[in-house]
Amino acid sequence: MTDPTTPTPDGPAPPPAVQAEGVVKRFGPTLALDRVGITVEAGDSHALVGRNGAGKSTLVSVLTGLHVPDAGRVSFQGEPAPAAGDTAAWQSKVACVYQKSMVVPDLTVAENLFLNRLGSGRVRWSALRARARDLLAEYGVEVDPAARAGDLTVEQGQFVEIARALSFGARFIILDEPTAQLDAAGIDRLFTRLRDLQRQGVAFLFISHHLQEVYDLCSTVTVYRDARHVLTATVAELGKAELVEAMTGEAASHTAAWHATSAARDTAGRQGAEAGPEPEAVLRADGLGLEGAFDPVDFAVRPGEVLGLAGATASGATALGETLVGLRRATAGRTLVAGRPVRPGSVPHALGAGIGYVPEDRHRQGLVLGRSVAENATLSVTDQLGPYGTVLPSRTREFARRMISSLDIKTSGPGQPVSDLSGGNQQKVVIARALARDPRVLVAIRPTAGVDVKSKDSLLGVVRSVAERGDAAVIVSDELDDLRVCDRVIALFHGRVIAEFDSGWTDRDLVSAMEGLPSGGDKGAEE
Amino acid sequence: MSDTSQLTAADVAAPDRAPSGAPRLHLSRYRDLSLIPVILVLGVIGFIVSPAFLTSDNLIGVLQQVSELSLLVLGEAMILICGRMDLSLESTIGVAPVIAMWLVMPSSGSATYHGIGLLPGWTSVPLCLLVGLLIGGFNGFMILKLRVNGFIATLGMLTMLRGLQDGISQGKSIVEVPRSFSYLGGASWIGAPAAVWICLVLFAVGGLALGYLRHGRALYAIGGNSEAARAAGIRVDRITWIVLAVGSLLAAFAGVLYVGHYGAISSTQGDGWIFQVFAATVIGGVSLNGGRGTLFGALTGVLTLQLVVNVTTLGGVPPLWDKFLYGAIIIVALIISRFASGEKQD
Repeated sequence: MTDPTTPTPDGPAPPPAVQAEGVVKRFGPTLALDRVGITVEAGDSHALVGRNGAGKSTLVSVLTGLHVPDAGRVSFQGEPAPAAGDTAAWQSKVACVYQKSMVVPDLTVAENLFLNRLGSGRVRWSALRARARDLLAEYGVEVDPAARAGDLTVEQGQFVEIARALSFGARFIILDEPTAQLDAAGIDRLFTRLRDLQRQGVAFLFISHHLQEVYDLCSTVTVYRDARHVLTATVAELGKAELVEAMTGEAASHTAAWHATSAARDTAGRQGAEAGPEPEAVLRADGLGLEGAFDPVDFAVRPGEVLGLAGATASGATALGETLVGLRRATAGRTLVAGRPVRPGSVPHALGAGIGYVPEDRHRQGLVLGRSVAENATLSVTDQLGPYGTVLPSRTREFARRMISSLDIKTSGPGQPVSDLSGGNQQKVVIARALARDPRVLVAIRPTAGVDVKSKDSLLGVVRSVAERGDAAVIVSDELDDLRVCDRVIALFHGRVIAEFDSGWTDRDLVSAMEGLPSGGDKGAEE
Repeated sequence: MSDTSQLTAADVAAPDRAPSGAPRLHLSRYRDLSLIPVILVLGVIGFIVSPAFLTSDNLIGVLQQVSELSLLVLGEAMILICGRMDLSLESTIGVAPVIAMWLVMPSSGSATYHGIGLLPGWTSVPLCLLVGLLIGGFNGFMILKLRVNGFIATLGMLTMLRGLQDGISQGKSIVEVPRSFSYLGGASWIGAPAAVWICLVLFAVGGLALGYLRHGRALYAIGGNSEAARAAGIRVDRITWIVLAVGSLLAAFAGVLYVGHYGAISSTQGDGWIFQVFAATVIGGVSLNGGRGTLFGALTGVLTLQLVVNVTTLGGVPPLWDKFLYGAIIIVALIISRFASGEKQD
């Protein structure tokens, strides 16, 4: 609505794209939505934010017809919502683009676009492709309709899904964490496309943990907390501190934790100074390289230091992290922990050498979802839970209980399946496991992906505490909040170290370095 | 959403949950015991149908019949928990004894089957087990090193090994086997067949290993999420390889028991068993997707299948209906467990 380019007719304002009032949804004893409402105007981009467990996902389910609310009304463009189960009618009203792509990977783009709408009789492939090309062109999506959907990038996949939704006639699209797997350039392109569509009258509900994106893209924001509606405001009139306060229900003091590293840095610096001129590095990469991923790099992490490896998805930063922990075998150079080389390409040896690992994607690499919290937390220490290779359940539970209390994991007990926990608590279990062996150096790849603001603080606090007890940590991320706790940041771009920053970098400098423009780096481009 | 529910659940549950862990333990074990009532009901039905059912002869007979199959189930259950599958077990049970015989039987003499007489007769059991180990090792090589599809690779092995058995044995049953080879399957210890005791011990050992050894626990992690297991420092490929080899070793050992039990190596030994093996493991609560199930559950699965057959046989149902019954009980068990556990099985 606030977009000046929206063609506003002179007549009465168009009905809102979606309006929900007094929606109540219960799952057994749990109240997932407590008389909440939301109104998204036509052509508006509306952000829905809240911590994990605030009720966002349930609202999405209600708005897309997957769940029937126990009470309350939902209407689209002034008309009541279709009956439950009338999929076709729902599809013509609303669509949701999820974090995970919902396309069928082995079919072509054209087939995915017209899935279950191939028409009657024989499939006319050339006509189908032509229709797909027209549809994609209409929304400015540059994708070959004959390409296999599985070969698309995440970004292209999202565009295809958006185009598909629009082709059903939907004028309201829900984006559930659409930027989680995109690099900054991809996010830019996505936002440009979304603004174009807004001008055509499409309304968006944007769900994100990334508050900066809310400010970049949205004009209105609604905050939910603990299944209740807290506030709806114009983004321009709401400060970040107030927004965080609304989400957490606490005064904004804790946002300071994001930047509270200066104190810690001072301590680390003092420790370094006291220990003499050059304390031995806890972790040293010695010409470490992986062909096709990153060029040989040298760096050292001192005791008490947190090193950031910054880089977008394709920069090689993740590959570097995975090489450090032995998931990938380096093609050049070596890794040393406390001066001793680590056997390359072997996770057990890296663990033994004292490298703890928090993997990038907790669902794919971090957790065995069907198993209990205790089992997941002790997965890397099974050799310490009993004599002669045995794993004693009592000791496992005891170990897990210690982890649960020291990291404040919200769970009903060590025996609870880890899949029942919220994202932030699941991530704590992953970190618990990495810390279980008392590592000399903790390597964490995007440790706060998809967790809420409060968990983010405590997770980063845990990483920081590893350094404070005299060990070291490496954070691989492109999230500025993650990198803010680092004492030093090395930025990678296309597999090369492009800049190195000491503390005190500005967001703009680091972001531009990750984008391949190392103008602001302390030491500038090395090549 | 999940966060709120966790918070409330934890807050509510914490006071009474903390002092005693008993209710939780009970719930988590319930799943493995789910076939026990079924077995009891089958016992009652059997008792009503025929007075011969509840005699020790009949019950021991059931156990003896089930012993060879149960070893395959033991192997397959471990392989499935680890997230793999091996169809070739049903051929290993036949081909391993035949290869052992081929190596030890003299090339001439009164026996109807002539081997190459390379090794003395007492080596037949170790040879048979070694063949099993090699077959499992080769399966592991194909699945883990060549990264071919495990289902098709072991399906190919199933057919190939069956053909190898036919070729080596010239399609005939081998009736003369060394004493040492037939002993275990025929002997009787403390009033029950040795095979029954051996099976029970192996299940107990396997169950304890999976429950209380770090490498046993690793199977669940590997089957549940092999990437996560690898990232946690578990040697995923090595352990999977060992499990595949042990599975085939157990199948070869089942072959030894079978030969001792029936006195000859039948040319169709084990033919078609893999279907029952999978049925027993799955109704026993082992997930086909890996990472879930127990050996105790798998054992109750085999017993259930065999009791159904026994009860219906005693009830005068012709054996020609056995297959129908097998199929029916699998489907009923699947549907019941689907709704009892509330989890989708796709």
